[in-house]
Amino acid sequence: MTTAPSFLRAEPGVDRLRGEADTVPFRPKSLGRAAVESQGQGKGLGISFRGVRRCFGSREVLKAIDLDIPAGQFVAIVGRSGGGKTTLLRLAAGLDAPTSGELTISGMPLAGLHGGVRLLFQDARLLPWQTVIGNVGIARTPKWREAAREALADVGLADRENDWPAILSGGQRQRVALARALVSKPGVLLLDEPYGALDALTRVEMHQLTERIWQEHRFTTILITHDVAEAVALADRVLVLRDGQIVLDLPVDLPRPRREHADPLATQFQALILKEV
Amino acid sequence: MIPPRILPAPSQVALAFWENVQSGALFVNAAISTKRAFQGLVIGGGIGLILGVINGVWRPAEALLDSSLQMLRNVPHLAMIPLVILWFGIDEEAKIFLVAVGVMFPIYINTFHGIRTVDRGLIEMARVYGLGPLALFWRVILPGALPSILVGLRYALGIMWLTLIVAETISSSSGIGYMTMNAREFLQTDVVLLGIIIYALLGKLADVLTRMLERRVLAWHPAYQTAKGFAA
Repeated sequence: MTTAPSFLRAEPGVDRLRGEADTVPFRPKSLGRAAVESQGQGKGLGISFRGVRRCFGSREVLKAIDLDIPAGQFVAIVGRSGGGKTTLLRLAAGLDAPTSGELTISGMPLAGLHGGVRLLFQDARLLPWQTVIGNVGIARTPKWREAAREALADVGLADRENDWPAILSGGQRQRVALARALVSKPGVLLLDEPYGALDALTRVEMHQLTERIWQEHRFTTILITHDVAEAVALADRVLVLRDGQIVLDLPVDLPRPRREHADPLATQFQALILKEV
Repeated sequence: MIPPRILPAPSQVALAFWENVQSGALFVNAAISTKRAFQGLVIGGGIGLILGVINGVWRPAEALLDSSLQMLRNVPHLAMIPLVILWFGIDEEAKIFLVAVGVMFPIYINTFHGIRTVDRGLIEMARVYGLGPLALFWRVILPGALPSILVGLRYALGIMWLTLIVAETISSSSGIGYMTMNAREFLQTDVVLLGIIIYALLGKLADVLTRMLERRVLAWHPAYQTAKGFAA
């Protein structure tokens, strides 16, 4: 999982390019905190798909998916609309059950919703009648206020805890949603194109935030996206889902933090993925 | 120009107002009318709210009750006055019953509709984030239905006063409706007019109170956020 395709390793001047990739061109203040060195705690949960099929009527949306995602890995699933991406994610979230086959989370068969799995939706889905902190602590577990404050500080929104969601920007809403997912210390975080509707700058900000949080917490992450650049910027491994089948399983071992644009290496990965989409 | 029997001068109405204030009759009558109105509202509104919630969250209840309720709703409740008098006589129960029936349906329909139209996405989110059925109801479904429930309440308040006026003019020995009917017997057009004005004021007061309630419980709603740097 840690080796790049041979054409990339053979590339002359790779080291020089990688050196450049280490400098991040845009780093807003609120995200500037260095990643905490709690990496590799292995708190993530592994997910396995064993011959998972999902049919809607006579239409087979997922065709016998076999997939192992080790604990702590960041996987991006790319594909066209209607390719089964969201269906796959809903299965992993326990919101839907496979027609046949089995899903396991850290070895245990998944039946319905799982307390260690959290999902970030395309739209933030904040409760408009709860303040920011009320949304983050939605489960109202004991000492939820402290946990929610901590999560909000983590996503750089410590000063907005008493605001209504209606006055937040799109990016801020997704950050609140991210904090809401983090508050329960998930083992698996599922991201259903959460940054698709954001403007380019905000999206880069959110990528950096997502990467930092992931490095801090080491949960297993599945990111659904149609943005190949986003997938290459964030994931350890990119899967292409086409007509209900995984047609490409590509490890991406670019060093982190990655540069999103004008990185020749990333561009080559992107080209490789785009060919299959 | 206009004979006082048809329409008295405002000064005469003011005078009638002053006389009724001094004798205390106005307050006694207004208080008793208000009490009836709110008793009916609490009973009918409570039933409407409960039925709306039950039918909104539980499909079998809807199948069982909704069509019967829709049928009853289409009966003009004032048409039941003869029946109500036979059932309850002309006591307090008759008026409270009529008000209760009148306010029940707008609250029922709006509660039901409000619950049914709560964003499915929010309900799904709440389930993913581990909310049980009770927490789901109190934290997601009920607040989501609240704007609609309050519309029902405002509508119900209008019906509440309307029903009460009719009920009091038909059978009563106290209340604003009785006061105006009694004045009609003695051709006191000024007192009749006063009664109408009092009804208008009570109606307005109820509406103002609901608006205040709305502003308070719907503070989260963008439509109620005026100042505080809300730019959209």
